[in-house]
Amino acid sequence: MTLVDFGYRVLRTRTAVSSSRIAMRTATISAALFLLAASFALVALFLGDYPLTLGDVTAALTGRADDFVSMIVLQWRMPVAVSAVLFGALLGIGGAIFQSLTRNPLGSPDVIGFDAGAYTAVVLVMLAAGSQHTWSIAGAAIGGGLVTALVVYVFAYRRGMQGFRLIVVGIGVSAMLGSINSYLITRADLDDAMQVGFWGAGSLSRVTWSMLVPVLAISLVVIVTVIALAPALRSMELGDDMAVSHGTRVGAARVALLIAGVATTALVTAAAGPIGFIALAAPQLARRLTGSAGVSVLAAAAMGSALLAAAHLLSHVLAAVFRPMPVGLITVCVGGVYLIILLIREARTRSGAAR
Amino acid sequence: MNAPVSLPLRAEAVTIGYDRATIAEDLTVGIPEGSFTAIIGPNGCGKSTLLRAFARVLKPSAGRILLEGKSIHAVPTKELARTIGLLPQTSLAPEGIRVADLVARGRSPYQSLIQQWRPSDEQAVQEALAATRLEDLSGRLVDELSGGQRQRVWIAMLLAQQTPFMLLDEPTTFLDIAHQYELMELLRGLHGEGKTVVTVLHDLNQAARYASHIIVMSAGAVMAAGSPHEVLTAELVEDVFGLRSIVIPDPVTGTPMVVPLDPRGLVVDLGDSTSAAAQ
Repeated sequence: MTLVDFGYRVLRTRTAVSSSRIAMRTATISAALFLLAASFALVALFLGDYPLTLGDVTAALTGRADDFVSMIVLQWRMPVAVSAVLFGALLGIGGAIFQSLTRNPLGSPDVIGFDAGAYTAVVLVMLAAGSQHTWSIAGAAIGGGLVTALVVYVFAYRRGMQGFRLIVVGIGVSAMLGSINSYLITRADLDDAMQVGFWGAGSLSRVTWSMLVPVLAISLVVIVTVIALAPALRSMELGDDMAVSHGTRVGAARVALLIAGVATTALVTAAAGPIGFIALAAPQLARRLTGSAGVSVLAAAAMGSALLAAAHLLSHVLAAVFRPMPVGLITVCVGGVYLIILLIREARTRSGAAR
Repeated sequence: MNAPVSLPLRAEAVTIGYDRATIAEDLTVGIPEGSFTAIIGPNGCGKSTLLRAFARVLKPSAGRILLEGKSIHAVPTKELARTIGLLPQTSLAPEGIRVADLVARGRSPYQSLIQQWRPSDEQAVQEALAATRLEDLSGRLVDELSGGQRQRVWIAMLLAQQTPFMLLDEPTTFLDIAHQYELMELLRGLHGEGKTVVTVLHDLNQAARYASHIIVMSAGAVMAAGSPHEVLTAELVEDVFGLRSIVIPDPVTGTPMVVPLDPRGLVVDLGDSTSAAAQ
């Protein structure tokens, strides 16, 4: 039997119980991006208030360093490095899910207000309940994200879900939540307001192992869920009617994907504060780089990792030569430019389609 | 429907519609075994709605859709997806997808997380590409194809699904006349190979030429069903479409051909169809 020509290199694997068809370019680029992310995070281990040499870090990683150095590397800097890679991947996955569901490159959780919703809930918990506990903040972020998702969804629903309406409603809800956040902070006392303010800038530097372990556990559940739902997501790209005729349970799959997508952003928001634009940019950049059909969740995750780890490294470099800069501010500055380009392109294709 | 044909796919007293609007009430109609069925009728008569109900995309609020005597809502989703395939009126291709990739999407009812690409998948895609003469285009971007080629890609995807029933919603709508007939010939070929083809069509003469069975709908009800010769009469066309016409044998195929009367003649003299026909 001759093999189908897919127009790109395909690796077909087959065992007694399994089979697969892997797009070589997507797989290679994803692997390279993850490697790049890991190396950025590794380089960042050397940088900080207490500079370390290559010998120090390798000694700490192999367990031969003195207590002080190994505490800096393993207890302080390692969780931050891990979170740069993991959170970037989570944001990329969240962006891929929502851009795929809305069929629009603008439809990412940070643009449609789920970030802002998670943030508002956390601010409420921190200020009103006075709680700084990891679990209560994580719970608030996920709850706030889900409630916002529900509100946006209900307002955007008119005889079926249309991606562009969801985005416009989401931007509106996001703006409203932003003003609520500002109001809450002006009402708080100075210490609390500082706390919330720092947290709101989005920074990985406060991530500790005790905070990261529950996030890792939940992330694992989310990632497994997304892998299981990836075929449904792919089939829904063809429209709901086609997806149903391909045997996909569209309603249930959409709800599960929505929850998983909100969870990715909420987890990151809970641990590090809002980190914008990774979710927006990663899936599209990955798509252009891999030439894949639609949005690839794997490539988006890899690109998200690479972007956040790069921003994390950049924040350390900036700290060394200028002053400390939270990673969230870097992603927003770089991502803002990307959003402007995207909006201009979107406006062009829309006016083109109307003609 | 007085002939004793079996109707493996049929609607029994179904009420179908969207949110609040009911499109059809208490509808009973069937698809004959191995037929090439065309569903025709004016805009908004419920033909697409009926097709979507047959494909289980739309759940009737009353009544049942039966497949071999069993409610399709009781059949496991993947199993049904291996029996009934649907090509909706508008289909969305993901940005940057290539022909073979899109055709391979039709295999999803056969795949699972651990069995993603068996030799049977490869073979089905290969055969679908061959049947639609797309082998040479398999690596091309779908966005770069012409309208006629793109529609063939969608048909190929439907073929890769390997369903005995192929449901198509106005597959010729956006094609020029040559590509319309090319597509109808393709469907005729597939019907000849044993597929049961059900398609919503606008062109009555195409329906008469290609279909073995025609279902005529109007305002959510079935006005007539049967062979083109039985169904397509001047009276029916006037009743259903409000268009006065004569029906003559198609000079090429001998199937009924609807020729509308001159509408200017109709305005002047609505009562006399013979004088209008004579103009």
